Amino acid sequence: MSVSSHGRRTAAQIAAGVRAGTLTAKDVVSSALARAVEVDAVDKLNVFLALAGQQATQQAVRVDASDGARGAPLAGVPFAAKDNISVAGLQVTCGSRILEGYVSPYSATVIERLREAGAVLVGKTNLDEFAMGSSTENSAFGPTRNPLSPDLVPGGSSGGSAAAVAAGVVPIALGSETGGSVRQPAAFCGIVGVKPTYGRVSRYGLVAFASSLDQIGVFGACVADASTAFGVIAGRDDRDATTADVAVDDYLATEGSLKGVVIGRPREYFPAELDAGVARHCERALDRLRSLGAEVRDVSLPHTAHAIPVYYIVAPAEASSNLARFDGVRYGLRIEGDGLRGMYEATRSGGFGPEVTRRIMLGTYVLSAGYYDAYYRKAMQVRTLIAGDFRNVFASGVHALFTPTTPTPAFPFGSRSDPYEMYLSDIFTCTANLAGVPALSLPIGRVGKLPVGGQIIAPHFAERRMFQVAGALERALGAEAHR
Amino acid sequence: MASQVSVKDVRHVAMLARLGVTDARAAEIARELNTILEHMDALGRVDTNGVSEYSAFDGAGQRLRPDEGPAIRMSGDADSFAPAAREGLLLVPRLATHEDVGE
Repeated sequence: MSVSSHGRRTAAQIAAGVRAGTLTAKDVVSSALARAVEVDAVDKLNVFLALAGQQATQQAVRVDASDGARGAPLAGVPFAAKDNISVAGLQVTCGSRILEGYVSPYSATVIERLREAGAVLVGKTNLDEFAMGSSTENSAFGPTRNPLSPDLVPGGSSGGSAAAVAAGVVPIALGSETGGSVRQPAAFCGIVGVKPTYGRVSRYGLVAFASSLDQIGVFGACVADASTAFGVIAGRDDRDATTADVAVDDYLATEGSLKGVVIGRPREYFPAELDAGVARHCERALDRLRSLGAEVRDVSLPHTAHAIPVYYIVAPAEASSNLARFDGVRYGLRIEGDGLRGMYEATRSGGFGPEVTRRIMLGTYVLSAGYYDAYYRKAMQVRTLIAGDFRNVFASGVHALFTPTTPTPAFPFGSRSDPYEMYLSDIFTCTANLAGVPALSLPIGRVGKLPVGGQIIAPHFAERRMFQVAGALERALGAEAHR
Repeated sequence: MASQVSVKDVRHVAMLARLGVTDARAAEIARELNTILEHMDALGRVDTNGVSEYSAFDGAGQRLRPDEGPAIRMSGDADSFAPAAREGLLLVPRLATHEDVGE
C-alpha cells in the first residue's frame, strides 16, 4: 500500500476496515504520519505546525488491541486539528510567535470526543495568526500552499486543516469558524467544510477569538465523513456554558429525495459581478437540486450588504478583549521592557503580527469612549437585522438556502494586499456566523483546475436538513463536482 | 459617524491595548484604520430605531440563566477559616486600595 493510500480512503472505509480486521489502526496512522511528512518536506505545502507521532502511534495500538475500540464509529481514522485547538502535551501556537513553545495542559472536548470514537490525532495544522485571515498568509510560521495549485492560497484561516484533507493526509480534520474560516478553505481546496449552529459544538479548549461568533467546525473529503465527525463532536458540554442541550441527530441517515424541500436562492448572493465560473456552477447545482425534487425559490436577505462592516466591527472588538490575556505574564513569549507596562507593550508588539495588531487596534478603537455607540452598538443592532433576515426567510417555508461559498475561486499569494479587499473574501460566509445558523460548503465544480464551493445554509440546529441537501447534491453531481 | 483617526488617537488606543508602536507604524495604522472605517460608515445609514443590540436565534434578545446553582461545598465551617461571616458571606480585612493613598 502506497504512502498516501490510507489518506485517500474515506473515514467510513477506514473504520470499516479496522472493524473487519482488514486494516490495522497502526498501519493507517503510520501511513498518515508518513504522508504528513511528505507534504511538508517534499511538496513544501507547510500544512503542519506539529506532528503527534508518539501520541498517535500509542493510541492506534490501543485501538487495535481492543474489540470495543475497533467497533467505534471512527476506529483508526487519522485526523488533524487546527493549532488553536488544545491537545494535552502538544503545542498550541495559534500561528503566533506570542504562543510559540506553549504546551497545552489539557485537551479540548472535541479532541476527547473524536478520540473516544476511535479517531487518532496525527498533527496540528497551520492557520492565520489567531484565526485572523482568509489565506494563511498571516501565519507567523509561513503560509500553507493549496495542494491543488501551490501558487495559490488554500483559504483561511483553517487553511492547514483543509490542505491536510485535500492532500490526502487525513480524511477528516478540525478547524474553527468565526467568519467562514472552515467553509472558505473547504471551497478553495475542493472538500467539504461544516460550520455548526452556534452552541452546537463545545468550544472548551478552543483559543477564543470572537466569542459570540466562534465555533469549531469539521472538514471531510466527502459529506458522509464530515457528517460522521460532526455527529461525534456535537452536543452539550458542561464545560462550555454556550453549548445548547439540543438532541444530536443521526446525520448519516438522510433521505436522498428532496421532494417537498424548498431551497431558497438569495438574490444578494448572486450579484452581477460574481465570478462567471462560480455563477455557472451554482446554477448547475441549483438545476441538480430541482431534478432531485426540490423547489428552488428566489428569496431576499436584504441586510447582506452590511455583513462585512458589521463583522469587522464585532469580531475585532471581541478579539481586542480576548487577546488581552496574552501579555507576557501568563502564556508563552515574554520580552522584557521598561517596567511592567514596558514588558506588556514589548511582548505584545513583538509577539503579534501585523493583522492581529491591526484588529486589536480596530477593536479597541470601536469600543473606546465616544465611538462605542457609533460603531459597536450600531453594528450589533444591524447584526440583529441580519439574523432577522434569516429568521424571516426560514419562517416563510424555506428549508435551506443555496449560495456560492466564495465570490471567486482561490487567489494567488500576495494578490490581496489591501486589508479590506481581503475581508471581502468572507462576504458570503460571515452572515451565517453573525446569525448563528449552520452552514456547509461542498465542491460543485471547477473553473480550470480550481474548485468552486457551493454553500448550504439551514435554520438553527437543522444540521440534519443541511446534510440531507448536501448529501443528495453530492450524489447528483458525482464526478462533475470535481471538474 | 465618520471621524478621522489621528496619530494621536492611535497612540491613545495603543496605550489602552498595551501595544507599543513606533512613530512610523502609528502613522501607518492611522491610515489603515481610516481606510477600514470608511467602509463601516455605511452602517450609519441603516435605520436601527428600536432594534435591540442583542440577538438570539429566536429573536428573543439576550437571555441569562437564573443566577442559582448548587451549594458550594467547603472543607469546614466558614468560622473555621474566615475571620468573620455574615448572612452567608465571608468578611475579610479591608485591602489597601488607591483610596488609601494619602490617608
